[in-house]
Amino acid sequence: MTLPDFQTNSIKTGDGGILLTNAEDLLNWARLSSLWPMGFGLACCAIEMMATYASTYDLERFGIFPRPSPRQSDVMIVAGTVTFKMADRIRRLYEQMPEPRYVISMGSCSNCGGPYWEHGYHVVKGVDRIIPVDVYVPGCPPRPEALIGGFLKLQEKIRQEHPLAPKLLLEMEQEVILPTVDA
Amino acid sequence: MDFSTLKSLLIETFGEGIIVQSQDNTPQPSITVAPERLVEVCQFLRDDPRLYFDFLACLTGIDNAPAQEAFEVVYHLDSLVHEHRIVLRTFTPRAAPTVPTLSHLWRTADWHEREAYDLLGIQFEGHPDLRRILLPQDWEGHPLRKDYEEQNTYHGIQVKY
Repeated sequence: MTLPDFQTNSIKTGDGGILLTNAEDLLNWARLSSLWPMGFGLACCAIEMMATYASTYDLERFGIFPRPSPRQSDVMIVAGTVTFKMADRIRRLYEQMPEPRYVISMGSCSNCGGPYWEHGYHVVKGVDRIIPVDVYVPGCPPRPEALIGGFLKLQEKIRQEHPLAPKLLLEMEQEVILPTVDA
Repeated sequence: MDFSTLKSLLIETFGEGIIVQSQDNTPQPSITVAPERLVEVCQFLRDDPRLYFDFLACLTGIDNAPAQEAFEVVYHLDSLVHEHRIVLRTFTPRAAPTVPTLSHLWRTADWHEREAYDLLGIQFEGHPDLRRILLPQDWEGHPLRKDYEEQNTYHGIQVKY
């Protein structure tokens, strides 16, 4: 039996059949590599979203695959105009999703009300008025590339997370990074 | 059947006073009828074998601004058999807008009248189920009225930008 050669870098590069990482990076990598969005759309943005799922743009190469139930979903793509009638339903669907959960706001309507911002009495002026949003994708509607870009941004965000750290530690860290300014 | 023949047939059947106003030289000539006589006219238009208007293509509510003090309801009727069409108009005061329902004559009128009620607040007398059709049931006001003011919040969400 030969022991691994610790003198060289082979163990770190994976040549020895082993990869070294920490648990948080592994968890983050697993999460960001299989983001399952909830399969629903609200307006014309949903057509672009469907095109992004389909063969030409193929979201599944990122491990992104729509789920038919909020219980199985990690991310909600708010694709389209959020009306007040729909707002209650969206809020409920978001609450039904298990944590950790993310929201991508797709298109001008769900970003800020879009063309309905002034005279659209029936439109919520931005989905961030009802649920927290992680990534905003601009466009009317955004092209499939833009939605993919939104997912890549979300993956970047997830890569920075600390899923295992105690909340208190994160808060303390935050205080160190951003000291409160007293005049 | 062309418009002038149809008009004279209506006058022949219901008398001179039936047509309140008529627009003849427009792409879609129309006849205005008082709301009290709307149902009998429509019944005749639908059932008479010479006319046979079996299809209500569209029902529209119009707010003619507070200054004019009137709502208008426009009916586009079509006969699939005879391939002729007519535009019927009626009016109602803005303060208490009431028009008789036509949902017992054409089933199309059911949902179209609900839409006109939802967005303009026109009451359709005798309608079997006059609820809002587009907006949520607890919405305040009728948005397509010219003097509509949107509410501040809906279920805790700010309405204005």
